[in-house]
Amino acid sequence: MTKTNKMEGIDEQSPWRDLTQGGFVYGEGNSAFFNTGDWRTKAPVWKQENCKQCLLCFPVCPDSSIPVEGGKRRDFDMFHCKGCGICAQVCPFGAIGMEVL
Amino acid sequence: MSVRGRMSGNEAAALAIRQINPDVVAAFPITPSTEIPQFVSRFVADGAVDTEFVAVESEHSAMSACMGAEAAGVRAMTATSSAGMALMYELLYVAASDRLPIVLAAVNRALTGPININTEHSDSMGARDSGWIQIYSENAQEAYDNMLMAHRIGEHEDVMLPVMICQDGFITSHAIENIETEEDAAVRAFIGTYKPQHHLLDPAESVAVGPYGVSAYVMELKRAQAYAMECAKQVILDVSFDFAQKFGRAYGLFEEYRMEDAEVGVLIIGSAAGTCKDAVDRLRERGVKAGLVKLRVFRPFPAEELAKALGGLSALAIMDRSDGFSGVGGPLGAEVRAALYSYGISKTVTTNIVYGLGGRDIRVEDFESIYGMLGSKEELPRTMYIGQRE
Repeated sequence: MTKTNKMEGIDEQSPWRDLTQGGFVYGEGNSAFFNTGDWRTKAPVWKQENCKQCLLCFPVCPDSSIPVEGGKRRDFDMFHCKGCGICAQVCPFGAIGMEVL
Repeated sequence: MSVRGRMSGNEAAALAIRQINPDVVAAFPITPSTEIPQFVSRFVADGAVDTEFVAVESEHSAMSACMGAEAAGVRAMTATSSAGMALMYELLYVAASDRLPIVLAAVNRALTGPININTEHSDSMGARDSGWIQIYSENAQEAYDNMLMAHRIGEHEDVMLPVMICQDGFITSHAIENIETEEDAAVRAFIGTYKPQHHLLDPAESVAVGPYGVSAYVMELKRAQAYAMECAKQVILDVSFDFAQKFGRAYGLFEEYRMEDAEVGVLIIGSAAGTCKDAVDRLRERGVKAGLVKLRVFRPFPAEELAKALGGLSALAIMDRSDGFSGVGGPLGAEVRAALYSYGISKTVTTNIVYGLGGRDIRVEDFESIYGMLGSKEELPRTMYIGQRE
């Protein structure tokens, strides 16, 4: 499903006159368009060579930052990743490292 | 056509609510505003209104229910006093920030400490920075008229802010006065129907009301809220002008009484203005150039207009019916002096007088002595109290 961002054009650079009245948020699922990955201090690194595709990592991610397609995980979606490291903790194969930024 | 009647301030406010026919009234009883929701629940029982009356368990819930209703896209009203308003305090700020044009009939009563049920402005003055428009009434007529104007002001697209219509507890809320009321159809035509641009129950649009504001947005949102309050001043004047055209009773941001050539003046809010007008009339007969400014709109604060109206006086007493406990007087005193200073008025000497706390009477003679003090050559105290035993 393709989502349209009804809040397009409003970001942290917008002048006050351009914000919505009362800070109302229009449309649903807007959080997908909101960059919350810009304040992490550590970042997960996927080591594909060690990965067995067991898929223990993606359900524990609080931010849906591990996309799964066709039954296989892909590389991290860093737009929403906070660097919490839970995925690295659950991985039994040492396939996720945490890089200090 | 206007209809002559006799009623108390509470009855006048309740009559206005019946004529406005709001979709939701959520309220909790507290002296001296209890009668207002009591009348409304009777209107509901009699089928005189289409209102959903929500009998909540606290004022915190009353304001929450009003906010939910307004966010859903309908008109919501409530009434409260004193500690009831204090219990709404958290939500007053949210209602203003969320730009929900709720209308609140405030019947001014002293905030507790010591507990007291009589009039004082400490309740609504405590909420002066909450982002609500505040309009004060001298008598039942003004309470009624201000209620009829409230929705047109708050719901204006340049404003979208909640509105508090204040009247003095007991003195206005319970005393029966002659009053001119308007016919239901004329009132409804004046107010019109409410069509919010965005609301929660709109099936064509999903919307989130009151989301978290991260630091990168809060200052911008607050600036926009402040701008809405700035815009409210002109909207209040426009709506008041339209009201005068339709119903013949004219209102501004404040009333100037015998100010044309006044040398000594009093600035006051609420019912005691009537007493002060008597003193002005007596003094004028004796040749004293006395005048009065009665503030109607406290939020937005008409600083520039007040400076212009008061700047010709040689001496001015600013009357506060609540103490700010700043050690230097009350809130009206602080704001009026700031207005005079910022608009370059230096010739008007001011004193700030705290009076009438807990319903303490102020008499015509008290005002005569105040004018006498203003006209004397003696240096005025910067702050003083009147009416207490020494």
